[in-house]
Amino acid sequence: MSEGRLRVALAGQPNSGKSTVFNLLTGARQHVANYPGVTVEKKVGHFSHDGKRIELVDLPGTYALSTFSLEERVARDFLIEERPEVVVQVADATTIKRHLALFLQIAEMERPLVLGLNKSDVARKNNISVDAAGLAEFLGVAVIPMSAKTGQGRTELKQAIVRAVDRGPAKLRIDYGPLEPVIAKVEALLMDIGGLPDHLPRRWLAVKLLEDDAVLREQFRDRGTETVPLLAQVERFREEIEKEHGKDAGELIGMCRYRLAAATGDKFLTARNPRQARLTDRIDSVLCHKVFGPLILVGVIYLLYELAIVQGYRLTTYTWPLLEGLKGMLSVILPPAAYIYDPVVRSLGLWFIDSVNALLNYIPVFLVLFSLVAFLEDVGYMPRMAFIMDRLFKRFGLHGQSTLPMVLGGVYIGGCAVPAIMSTKGIPDERARLATILIIPMLNCLAKIPLYILLVHAYFPAHKGVAMFFVATISLFMALPVAKILSLTVLRDRDTAPFLMEMPAYHLPTIRGVLGRAVERTWLFVKKIVTVVAAVAVVVFVLLQYPGLSAVQQDDYTGRGRAALARFVAAAAPTAVGERLTDEARVMELIAFSERYKDARRRVSSTEASEAVNARFAQLDPGFYEIVMRGKKSPAARQLDRAFGALERERQTIRREIRAARIDASFLGQIGRALEPVTQWAGFNWRINVSLLSALAAKESLVATLGAIYQQDDEGGASLEERMKATETGFTPLHALALILFMVLYPPCLATLMTIKLQTASYKWMLFSLGYQLGLGVVVASLVFTGARLLGLTGLQAMYGFFGLMVLVTVAVGCIDRAPSRAVAGAPADGCATRA
Amino acid sequence: MTLRDISPGHSCVVRSIDAASALGQRLRDLGLMPGRTIKVLRNAPLKDPMELELEGYLISLRRAEAQAVAVETNHE
Repeated sequence: MSEGRLRVALAGQPNSGKSTVFNLLTGARQHVANYPGVTVEKKVGHFSHDGKRIELVDLPGTYALSTFSLEERVARDFLIEERPEVVVQVADATTIKRHLALFLQIAEMERPLVLGLNKSDVARKNNISVDAAGLAEFLGVAVIPMSAKTGQGRTELKQAIVRAVDRGPAKLRIDYGPLEPVIAKVEALLMDIGGLPDHLPRRWLAVKLLEDDAVLREQFRDRGTETVPLLAQVERFREEIEKEHGKDAGELIGMCRYRLAAATGDKFLTARNPRQARLTDRIDSVLCHKVFGPLILVGVIYLLYELAIVQGYRLTTYTWPLLEGLKGMLSVILPPAAYIYDPVVRSLGLWFIDSVNALLNYIPVFLVLFSLVAFLEDVGYMPRMAFIMDRLFKRFGLHGQSTLPMVLGGVYIGGCAVPAIMSTKGIPDERARLATILIIPMLNCLAKIPLYILLVHAYFPAHKGVAMFFVATISLFMALPVAKILSLTVLRDRDTAPFLMEMPAYHLPTIRGVLGRAVERTWLFVKKIVTVVAAVAVVVFVLLQYPGLSAVQQDDYTGRGRAALARFVAAAAPTAVGERLTDEARVMELIAFSERYKDARRRVSSTEASEAVNARFAQLDPGFYEIVMRGKKSPAARQLDRAFGALERERQTIRREIRAARIDASFLGQIGRALEPVTQWAGFNWRINVSLLSALAAKESLVATLGAIYQQDDEGGASLEERMKATETGFTPLHALALILFMVLYPPCLATLMTIKLQTASYKWMLFSLGYQLGLGVVVASLVFTGARLLGLTGLQAMYGFFGLMVLVTVAVGCIDRAPSRAVAGAPADGCATRA
Repeated sequence: MTLRDISPGHSCVVRSIDAASALGQRLRDLGLMPGRTIKVLRNAPLKDPMELELEGYLISLRRAEAQAVAVETNHE
């Protein structure tokens, strides 16, 4: 508590505008979400006032300070352990009563408090008036009417924070009526316990113990034997209270608090016409309408895809050249390409930048997607989405709030599991949250799409539409049954929570808030994910490149390279530039010149511009230019150009063969072969295995690896589809189908695994997610492939058959009426079931 | 009668909440207390959950949970 520095905690309920107040005070970019519980981490900001430097910590938004949810525990632990000098509670002036209940709980912890009455302007507009001065006197703390949106009350709030230190804790004392004598007795017993931190108010401890606060009880138990009599006595008190009042002590205590909050609200608040609720109700009557509601929901999701995935992806055509430029810059810095064997540093560097670029390419998509999501969150649509979908999702062990994560993950086509899993944070029901996290990687993330497109175009050319529809929807019909099965089995014992959700009033978001959050989330993605993927890219590179070629192979390629070089040198000797082209180093200069020239020509489209390129290169090296130039040239130059063309082609061929041979001999190649006996049942040969393995880190790699494996032998413009079909002569649409199904169930990419680890706080779930999807993928692909073979079905027939089967399974599984209903009602079971 | 039995458009007064621990706590946190008037606004398109209005704000809860809230209707 050094002089001039203050640590201040910012508390408040969800939708109170707490995050906006945080921004207002600190100026930091941070977000306001109209979705319960978006802010789980604590955010910290700084500001100065009146010569004091203030560190403001944004606590998670909570309705109360019990320990039923993670957020509440985080908030309470912070208040207990970090002992902020001042606590600021942000309350929504339009619904003050509810916020006062939280206020009373904070006040009991006896920290200096300030109450910020946010949205006072909205309250005024709705004819709700709060007697701030009266309230301040009654509560014994500063009450500041303000509006975070307009900035009104900012200075006053800062002033109040600084003054609150001297003012001390709120003077208000909750009267627990008939329980007061018991509380006093427990307080007295607490005096005998040594070593309790001084800053913990004894009265608060007593009340919490009587409420049977699980966390506190455990903490006391951990203190050792001296607390045993105390805890036993508390238990006896609780039993007595229950016998006398017919109610649990916790419930009685809660009731006293809430009654006081309600009475206080009634005393200082006059609401003549709660227009806000009327307006929100009216909007809900459309957005949550029986018929229009679902239709609008589908429309919103469709728009989200259309704008982010389709239009956003179009933006990448503008950003991709920038990333290519980055690669170009790097390739200049790296050691130059060699004639046959490039330096490892160069190959690694280029591989690395390709891997990173593959992810950075998604930035425009993410920016658009995150902006739209932030917009929907701020407007208040997300809880409505949950409201509409809850019944359906509940049948599959999910939750209404699983809707947003599933949309983000690519419920139809195109999404990303990383933001999707991050957005599961708000789901209060632990079991549904885990089920959601575990099925999201099965949805169609953007990186899976290139493979789907490749396979559909190559093997279902006559039924592209049907096949793409199958790909887009089959993932959902596999994910839903899996979610249900998981929640009935491995997740059976996980906590569930009641579905109680605030439907916040609609309001117009600010552009700054929406864009700020989109940028923040995109940056988070770049920072966390790209670094990991970059590191793994290096590992995959090693696995694909080593142990490398045998000495015999190496000599063979070197020999062929030398022969081609000698032929060209001989052809060049009689010409004017021939005397410059005597050895490998010199010829490499010509090759580099030719590549730069081709590259420059590729970048320009107009005739004038290409004239300019020509002139530039002619000036750079007239001798070389004569060989490589396009257009009319002397017969001698033409002849030399032909010889040079032959050299370039031979060099390309050799290098390509080397790359293929390397993969062939690589560790990954060996593993791919070793897996063939298993994967043959799914129709995968070792080449497919290698590409699948290379995609473990990031699925983007898959098509790139296929590209490297199915190298073409001439300069012709055969597409990858054609090359794949040419190499895999035995491949049928059925093979493609099995591969597609395996891809749907393919294990989460590294970035996703990291996110799963982060969100579940356990390596166990991360590994489980990896393992079960891999196992399921192999089983499903094998069953479909081998099964269809035995039945003599074509790929297309198998596709229809499997789709029909999965739809049936989904419906059937959905009809299983939650067998462990005892667990679904888990939380209230001790109360509502037994007491009723 | 419980909150579950109230049809959309109708109001009722909370009599008691038959739920201790988490659910009871949550309900109280959101202001569902004996004596409070609740208006059922609508059911979700698939009938569950339901949307309620109390004290000028809106909340939603599943029908299974609404069953824990004993209510009596206003004389209409």
